[in-house]
Amino acid sequence: MASGELSCKGLTKVYSASNGRKALDSVDVRIPSRGIFSLIGMNGAGKTTLVRILATQLEPTSGAASIDGIDVVSQAARLRERIATVPQEARTVPWMTPKQTVLSYLMWRGTSYADASAKASEVLGRVGLGQQENVLTRRLSGGMKRKTLVATVLASEADIVFLDEPTTGLDPISRKELWAYLGTLAKDRFVILTTHYLEEAEELASCIGIMHMGRLVGLGSLDDLRASVKQQYSIRISAGSAVPEVKEGAVTRSRSGEAQILTTEAEAYGLSRLLLDAGAKFSMSKISLDDIFFHLVNRGDDEVSRR
Amino acid sequence: MKNYPVVLINTVLSPLSFLLLIAFVTKGQLLPDAIEGGFIMSMFNSGTSLQGDLAHLKNDFKLQDMVVSSPTSPAAYVTGMALAEVIYSTPALAVLTVLAAIYIHPGPLQVLELVSVFLLMFLTSIAIGYTLSTFSSDIVQSFAFSRLISTLFSTLPPVYYPITYIPLPFRYAAYLSPTTYAAEISQSATGLLSLSTAGTALAWVVLLVTTAILAVVAAKKARWREV
Ligand SMILES: Nc1ncnc2c1ncn2[C@@H]1O[C@H](COP(=O)(O)OP(=O)(O)O)[C@@H](O)[C@H]1O
Ligand SMILES: [Mg+2]
Repeated sequence: MASGELSCKGLTKVYSASNGRKALDSVDVRIPSRGIFSLIGMNGAGKTTLVRILATQLEPTSGAASIDGIDVVSQAARLRERIATVPQEARTVPWMTPKQTVLSYLMWRGTSYADASAKASEVLGRVGLGQQENVLTRRLSGGMKRKTLVATVLASEADIVFLDEPTTGLDPISRKELWAYLGTLAKDRFVILTTHYLEEAEELASCIGIMHMGRLVGLGSLDDLRASVKQQYSIRISAGSAVPEVKEGAVTRSRSGEAQILTTEAEAYGLSRLLLDAGAKFSMSKISLDDIFFHLVNRGDDEVSRR
Repeated sequence: MKNYPVVLINTVLSPLSFLLLIAFVTKGQLLPDAIEGGFIMSMFNSGTSLQGDLAHLKNDFKLQDMVVSSPTSPAAYVTGMALAEVIYSTPALAVLTVLAAIYIHPGPLQVLELVSVFLLMFLTSIAIGYTLSTFSSDIVQSFAFSRLISTLFSTLPPVYYPITYIPLPFRYAAYLSPTTYAAEISQSATGLLSLSTAGTALAWVVLLVTTAILAVVAAKKARWREV
């Protein structure tokens, strides 16, 4: 069981074919290496680049990273004893069955045929593919193929697991099912999971990293992230009700006419009293990861344009 | 990995088609040379198809990334995949072995010599195929490369006939390919070509050194981890 920390110091990546643009810009991370660490961000934010560097598939341009004290560059061989990965664009080989896929992966990793075979069936059963384990993967649905890939790492002995957008493109039901398996996977392992579904990170992650244009603009648990934002409360006012004047915070309006106010706790209570008195239809809640995400990403853009 | 019958047919046919061509054109005279050529080409092609397969698995399935992030060493990965290629060339090798037994009937020492040369060819081509596959980023580019290498090293050089058939200035060009030395050694071992002791020794040295260099290049320069 992993029990140390994931550390990145000034981790930077400039791809050779990118005119000096930084795909990863001085990323610093220090978090415990357990549970699920979820990286969120828009396409091109740098999630895959960071994951591939940590999973020893890609060399950083500068900076350093280690997991449980094992350096990802100079001690790659030691780290590789403990890791497993499902790359973003990994696909199952169409002419292999789920059983053959998991089995051959385990045998590549050095497990004996008998052990690998037993383990493959057990894990495929656990992810709900027991019925399909001997069906060619080209006959399976997208969700089943993805589960097959997740099953390969679940079946391995690796205690540090990288999953790059494992749920992208899945239907909502398959996605929820996969979440359940990811929860199991993370019980005794350290899982690094990228996603662009914010509710996925909200639901699963013990620690969230928000990436934007190569930089890590937020890091911590959902509560930590909330605390890093001054306006921690959200008030939604239905279309038609008057919006009171806001002293501290921001008002946005959706196309349907609904208004959202992001503001501080004190102001939120003041405003809600006003709204109650006016008989307005509204709801108040703590801000969600969506709100935090957009706040941090916008702040990131502001900083970039100010430079 | 490729379980399409048409691929299998191709791996059997391509070394044999040259063999038949040479045998017919020379009215059977160069049949023994062509049989040895068939072996060399089949060995060399293992590396070419390994390159195609590894590149396909790397780019379209991200298999290399999955293996990099695991305890499996590149050497173990290549060995496993190379053995799979051998299985695909067994039909061709079986046909060639039967032909060799009938038309060349080599003695035990000659068999040893031939097998060693063929093995060196195999290792050379595997080293080239693996190294190039790690640099490929798409399958089309990789396919073009493997065709080029196959032509340069196994179709153009005098693999299916004695080098003495090539006019002198072009002969020097042929000596740039390791397959030429492999053909020389096997032809001289079975009395199809008379080569001085020094010439034979030189050919062996060239083959061994080439194989060693390519193995080192594969170990040090192949792009197992991307930069
Ligand atoms: N091999 C590459 N060569 C050049 N640029 C790349 C390469 N891979 C990714 N990039 C660029 O690096 C940036 C980050 O990409 P990536 O890490 O894939 O982001 P994400 O996974 O968050 O979508 C993007 O601008 C992308 O275009
Ligand atoms: Mg990505």
